[in-house]
Amino acid sequence: MVLKKGLKGKGKTMAMITQFTPLHLDILKEIGNIGAGNAATSLSKLLNKKIEMTVPDVQVVSFDEMFEMAGGVENIVAGVFLRIEGDAPGNMFFVLPLSQATNYIQHMIEDENFSFEKSSYMDHELALSALQELGNILAGSYLSALSDFTNLSLYPSVPAISIDMVGAIISAGLIEHSQISDYVIVIDTALNEDITAEAKTMKGHFFLLPDPESFQTIFQTLGVSKDE
Amino acid sequence: MNNCIQVVKVGIADVKLVKAPDLIRTSGLGSCVGVIIFDFAKQIAGLAHIMLPSSSLAKQEEFNPAKYADTAIVHLVSLLKAEGASQHSLKAKMAGGAQMFQFTSMSDVMRIGPRNVEATRNELNQLKIPILSEDVGGNSGRTIEFDPKKGTLQIRTVNKGTHEI
Repeated sequence: MVLKKGLKGKGKTMAMITQFTPLHLDILKEIGNIGAGNAATSLSKLLNKKIEMTVPDVQVVSFDEMFEMAGGVENIVAGVFLRIEGDAPGNMFFVLPLSQATNYIQHMIEDENFSFEKSSYMDHELALSALQELGNILAGSYLSALSDFTNLSLYPSVPAISIDMVGAIISAGLIEHSQISDYVIVIDTALNEDITAEAKTMKGHFFLLPDPESFQTIFQTLGVSKDE
Repeated sequence: MNNCIQVVKVGIADVKLVKAPDLIRTSGLGSCVGVIIFDFAKQIAGLAHIMLPSSSLAKQEEFNPAKYADTAIVHLVSLLKAEGASQHSLKAKMAGGAQMFQFTSMSDVMRIGPRNVEATRNELNQLKIPILSEDVGGNSGRTIEFDPKKGTLQIRTVNKGTHEI
């Protein structure tokens, strides 16, 4: 048995992505654009701050590369995870650096002393439910925009939150992909507060991970066959 | 001397070996299980970062053996033996298998942590490899590092700091 035999799993997903034409990639980017755009507007209203959004990135990455995208496997982040059921099932994450999560939650609960970087956050029920509500609002606005655009019925689960290492959080959403390949197709959109240059390094990310079989549904509903 | 010690890093769904005085480590275990199998006398150890309980879940013809509990452990044992470890002196330690997110409706997919632990334990039992210690379950991520010289497994979590098993 060859250790790296599994890299052949790449073959299958890569075959899948090479069947994607520039049109397919544009559709996936547009999904990220519409979803995250709507979520950014909600976030901006909620926090009364200007929020910037990057151009969505659609990538085929290994699991380890996926952790890098989210800030590094051991980096501690605030993660909101939800499962999407309905016509095009998948997983969704909203990942925030702790400093940025602290900043948002301080604003929401009007308590400047609160911080996710102190271990006492675990007993702060109000802050934790505020984080969950933040995830709920953002994911809800992402998915409702996506649902309107595609005409697909998408039902988000109640979001679950975790403050932990990137690897531990993100791997929870890789189970569906891992049964098919060692690669994952991810639609990534980063959010930023439009303030100082320093803050620009702190990014919140939306990661949309449609289940492998959902891509065909998404393309079909938008009138593009998978092989086109 | 100390600065000569290397730390071998094992990624997700991967298997690697280490010889003393080097250390072996894997980071950010959530529902995944990190299993160490070692031959203390020969000062050799291997670590598998397992993602899924059984290769029967694989929907691909050719798959990465390091990803599944059943195939990863068999694979790891054969690598260790090829490096001179003897089957009867192999021992194991494991950590991981947490449930990172609590959902009200728990599908099998979300119970993957406990299933990974169970599958790893079964496979080790079948191969008659004793599990000396374990730190499994819960809902925290873990980074683990094994020292083949001392036979100790160091576990770090975000909230509980570092401890050894």
